[in-house]
Amino acid sequence: MRPVFYVATFMAVMALAFWAYRENYATQRSLREVAELQSEITSLREALSIQHAEWAYLNRPDRLRDLTALNYDRLGLLPLEPEQFGQVDQTAYPPSSFPPEIPVVADAVDVSANMESQP
Amino acid sequence: MTRTPLRPLARILSARAKGENPDKIERENLRLRHEATRDKSRARAEGRLLFLGIAFFAAFSLIGTRMGMLAASEPVEAQVRASGAPILAQRADITDRNGRVLATNLQTYALYAQPKDMVDPVRVAREVAAIFPDMNGADLQRRLTDGRSFMWLRKVLSPEQMQQVHDIGDPGLLFGPREMRLYPNGTLAAHVLGGASFGAEGVQSAEVIGTAGIEKVMDARLRDPAQAGTPLTLSLDLTIQATVEEVLATGMQMMNAKGAAAILMDVHTGEIISLASLPTFDPNKRPNAAIKGDPGDSPLFNRAVQGVYELGSTFKIFAVAQAMELGLVNPSTMFDVTPPLRMGRFNINEFEGKNYGPMLSVSDIIKKSSNVGTGKIALLIGGVRQKAFLTSLGLLDISPIEVVEARAGKPLIPKKWPDIVTITAAYGQGISSSPMNLAAAYATIANGGTTVKPTLLHSEIRQQGTRVMSAATAKAAIAMLRLVVTDGTASLGDVPGYFVAGKTGTADKPKPGGGYYDDKVVNTFASMFPANDPAYVLIVTLDEPVETSGDEPRRTAGWTSVPVAAEITRRVAPLLGLRPQLESVPTDTLTAVSN
Repeated sequence: MRPVFYVATFMAVMALAFWAYRENYATQRSLREVAELQSEITSLREALSIQHAEWAYLNRPDRLRDLTALNYDRLGLLPLEPEQFGQVDQTAYPPSSFPPEIPVVADAVDVSANMESQP
Repeated sequence: MTRTPLRPLARILSARAKGENPDKIERENLRLRHEATRDKSRARAEGRLLFLGIAFFAAFSLIGTRMGMLAASEPVEAQVRASGAPILAQRADITDRNGRVLATNLQTYALYAQPKDMVDPVRVAREVAAIFPDMNGADLQRRLTDGRSFMWLRKVLSPEQMQQVHDIGDPGLLFGPREMRLYPNGTLAAHVLGGASFGAEGVQSAEVIGTAGIEKVMDARLRDPAQAGTPLTLSLDLTIQATVEEVLATGMQMMNAKGAAAILMDVHTGEIISLASLPTFDPNKRPNAAIKGDPGDSPLFNRAVQGVYELGSTFKIFAVAQAMELGLVNPSTMFDVTPPLRMGRFNINEFEGKNYGPMLSVSDIIKKSSNVGTGKIALLIGGVRQKAFLTSLGLLDISPIEVVEARAGKPLIPKKWPDIVTITAAYGQGISSSPMNLAAAYATIANGGTTVKPTLLHSEIRQQGTRVMSAATAKAAIAMLRLVVTDGTASLGDVPGYFVAGKTGTADKPKPGGGYYDDKVVNTFASMFPANDPAYVLIVTLDEPVETSGDEPRRTAGWTSVPVAAEITRRVAPLLGLRPQLESVPTDTLTAVSN
């Protein structure tokens, strides 16, 4: 019985050693990966901050004002004026989403159109 | 293990035969056995001691080796850590109230030289000087060859310049990473932002410190590593700031002024929506402070907070409001305003020697801006109470606004407060304060009588300041200010739909040696809108304006600051989300029919 126990223990130690060896290398590989990712994140963050700055620079009010002036033909943009505020009753109602309840009249004749075409 | 018997029969028998005592054999054997046992246990104990000794030795030598290794090795950053701690900028961004960037950081490089490593210093000096036109080649060559081992060449490089320096290809030219403060909007809000520059410099990094404006006041907050990821949100609105600066610059040009300032303030939260001062500068290339001449003429000078001016008739409403608050007058109380008002050896007259007399109501005193009437009201109040009231409005103290220049804008107040000062202070002469203080004081009236502390930091919270006048008094004062615009001196200031209320102020500029200039004035228009429920206060100040469209030059605020302020209000109010209110809505045209 005892020799069996010794052999089993020895095998277990060998198995654990093999597992630890593999884990060690897996960890080192993960660490390298993390380091690579960290440096990638850093460089992306740097790029992002540069692009934020660039976006802010390209959207500075002076430049947008000049661009709207240059492209007035196409855009027709003017400064916001008080007159541009509308009243609620000036807005059209949105088209109803319900199907019309009135039955469709078959063979209707467009009288006003006829009158216009044959005065 | 074979056990030796204590009394072996063979020896006992032979001993008996010889007549010896057999017990001796037994004792002898017992002794031997004891000795054997003793030797064995000693050996075991020694073995144990040895084992323990080895174990301890191994343990301590392990610890010792580890300690030695730790002490001898270079410290390295722990590689395993919770990611997500971003590589943050060393200085937080500044954004406007809607999150648009006003100041940010840009990664760039500084250029330095190690002449000892240089292959050909003469060629390097020549080529570096060709890249940077402001460098002198001969001077650079002398400095590169005088035996020093380290030398800074440029604080920041553009990517193109960096590539050109790379192309020189000399190992003695080296780059150090730098973070540079960038103001992408150029001159916009320059006086608020101020500027930043490098503090302590090392090869691998350099400190960025605020040198002026809010960058300096909030320096500790902006450099706090714990808050580096959250931008500092200002109360400014980029769009509105751009509009105000544009209109103000046009107005300054049209009115031939040498400087201008505008402040737009939310009366409930105290937020400064826009703060403009002209002429302005680019914080990316902040000019050096002027050494010669009047610092007030430098573009760095912030007229809105740093400039203390006699703000003229804009102060009249404070005297009237206080008199109403004290129950001394009401809007229809009549005063004899026949000039002059005599006080000792002084005669107080009206603007351009006019006579609004004989009698004017308090409302009309404000509407026509009568110095004599305001002086008489101030005399009713008395100097002590007047000074206390002006102090409670914050007009006699340094403005708490978060730009460093505000600390230089200490109001100029007379040391003594005799009756003549009471009279002149009531109409804004002989006492100087900054437009920012004026804005805060008008916001107090507009806010229904509780003080409002102006701030540049975004906050949605309505301020609960101390009450300095009742809501009824504030309402009556606003009604008078509305009359100034509808029928008084600021008739050009009305903007249809926005019910502007305000007060003009024209003050002669004091000469450096004493006395006043005849043809140099500071024109101020302090306004609030909409008058029925004021939400914003707008202060427009023009320095030395003159309006020349008429036959003779006009220098009153009604002709200069007021139209500029009206245009600002017209352009800015829609951007603030205020819809114009129609004075009378024709509900149904048929109702006009009578029978």
